[in-house]
Amino acid sequence: MSISIEEIKKPENIVYRRPALLTDNVMHYCPGCSHGTVHKLVAEVIEEMGIQDRTIGISPVGCSVFAYNYIDIDWEEAAHGRAPALATATKRLCPDKYVFTYQGDGDLASIGTAEIIHACSRGENIVVIFINNGIYGMTGGQMAPTTLIGMKTSTTPYGRDPKLNGFPLVIADMISHLDGTAYITRQSVHTAVAARKAKSAIRKAFEYSAKGIGLSFVEIVSTCNSGWKMTPVEANKWMVENMFAKYPIGDIKDVLK
Amino acid sequence: MAEKILMKGNEAIAISAIRNGVDGYFGYPITPQSEVMETLMKEKPWETTGMVVLQAESETSSINMLYGGASCGKKVMTSSSSPGVSLMCEGISYIAGAELPCVVVDVMRGGPGLGTIQPSQSDYNQIVKGGGHGDYHNIVIAPASAQDMYDFVDWGFELAFKYRNPVVVLADGIIGQMMEKVEMHPMKPRRTAEEILRDAPWAVTGKPASRERHIITSLSLDADIQEQFNIKLKEKYAMIEANEVRFSEYMTGDAEYIFVAFGCSSRICEAVVDELRAEGIKAGLLRPITLYPFPSGEIARLAAQAKSMMSIELNLGQMVHDVRLAVNGACPVGFYGRQGGNIYTPEEIVAEFKKFNGLA
Amino acid sequence: MAFKGAIEVDTQKCKGCSVCIANCPTDSIRLSDKVNSKGYHYAEMTGDACIGCSNCATVCPDSVITVYRVKI
Repeated sequence: MSISIEEIKKPENIVYRRPALLTDNVMHYCPGCSHGTVHKLVAEVIEEMGIQDRTIGISPVGCSVFAYNYIDIDWEEAAHGRAPALATATKRLCPDKYVFTYQGDGDLASIGTAEIIHACSRGENIVVIFINNGIYGMTGGQMAPTTLIGMKTSTTPYGRDPKLNGFPLVIADMISHLDGTAYITRQSVHTAVAARKAKSAIRKAFEYSAKGIGLSFVEIVSTCNSGWKMTPVEANKWMVENMFAKYPIGDIKDVLK
Repeated sequence: MAEKILMKGNEAIAISAIRNGVDGYFGYPITPQSEVMETLMKEKPWETTGMVVLQAESETSSINMLYGGASCGKKVMTSSSSPGVSLMCEGISYIAGAELPCVVVDVMRGGPGLGTIQPSQSDYNQIVKGGGHGDYHNIVIAPASAQDMYDFVDWGFELAFKYRNPVVVLADGIIGQMMEKVEMHPMKPRRTAEEILRDAPWAVTGKPASRERHIITSLSLDADIQEQFNIKLKEKYAMIEANEVRFSEYMTGDAEYIFVAFGCSSRICEAVVDELRAEGIKAGLLRPITLYPFPSGEIARLAAQAKSMMSIELNLGQMVHDVRLAVNGACPVGFYGRQGGNIYTPEEIVAEFKKFNGLA
Repeated sequence: MAFKGAIEVDTQKCKGCSVCIANCPTDSIRLSDKVNSKGYHYAEMTGDACIGCSNCATVCPDSVITVYRVKI
């Protein structure tokens, strides 16, 4: 049976479309940036759970500072690293809301370590989406706490040397030892399979945050192709070959399992 | 008759927060204000009014918890002392930039650095001139009694919500630690969700399909948009300066010599005025109750009738610069201060006054 | 049962990152020779092997792909 492309492209045959919760704004991210994919997954989860009017997002300082331009929910934009503090008060004062922070590795793992550790330790019933691409994107590709040993950045031009710069900080593993965390997982979005798993993880995190059992943390190992100075496709390959060794994909903690 | 209870200024802050329907307190221990959070924890308001009380991991976190809570249109406050307030200044700038209401209580101690835990008024510059980065003002109100501590919480929130601006209650270790009778006013309930929508229609409350999303941010990369915002803030500050100046005067009617003092210093200066009057010297006192907006107009008016003015402060001379600006050369302006937690006696101030005015 | 699919790309919003191309199991996407108003060579469908699996749209960072699918 032969069917033309025009016949296939009918509204009733749509199986995947841009989520309605994403605004029409063109994202400011570089071509191929993981942020856009994660934004989409978060938007899909909120849309599918039907919680747009009960969700408050908190954006960080870094590339995703403008997350509020893309997902059609109420937002608070935090000072650098402080998103978990905003989320703590927001959730405690509005316990019927779903509250999530969206933070990069500079924001969460460097300047904001105190805030994330203590939000985890207190068992705040919030969701944290953590984008780990091993570099500072917004400021132009400097070393992050998560930068791999040997990785070149604008402030480690000869590669990260542990004698000079210390070692990569593996936040998800660290917080898994805190009693206040309920669900910790590490995902990626470089393939469709990975993105679908990441979406399930984000949905689980949102669902857990309504159960009053503690903080849910979804790390997305991501690329920064501009900062890494690669094409988006090369960056995905490099991530699989290098980042996954230090930041392996999979669930780290699930108190309901 | 309203109930009167003997309590510390710091305790009055805590009790007032509960009785005035505050939604959340977020703080970090530091001397000499730790009784605020201790009192709240002892009172357990979450079981009565539903008020949230949380001990944060740092002052940096506390102020950012205020940012989060205020974003939701809630009445949120914190208290700290000088070094802790330094840490909060980043957050206060963001709160001013995002135009959020909140109340910060600074029970001042001596500095710089770790300084001393004794009383001081040396955060005048930090708080009245901003403290954080960027063009902004805190509204600053200066209590001089435990009763003021009680009353200024509610007044602070009234101003904070009226102008969507941080309000700092600039107290000091004396006012915080001193015990006085405090008159309780009738309880005010916390605001309902409907009242929050009415009083804070800009708040982040979860976006229904019927309205645009609310975004609380202090960021605008476009130079023209940022400049327009700065101009809008300036207009707001002009309104505050026009409408909210508050001061009190003591024996200024026929005064030839005017003292200017705020907070605990104004209490001491009342005794100074009494002593000088007993000697036949026509002295008077102006106490700025709002430090921003500053009562410049009233100071200028008094300067026209005065032979001299003296600013009396527990620091090296901070408010005196604003007094000089207001006086604008109309009469000589003197200063006397003590530092490091030392407090002047009225006799000491009388002697300094006579030296400055050539009356010794 | 087999599927036949097609994609529609919002060519003005596409940044030509090519992540969709790397994720297409049937090599049905390529970058156009043309550029959009931002100067990006945008993604476009090629050939008739598309099965409408949605992999391209799922990984698209800019959410510019709509996927259609019919059973044949």
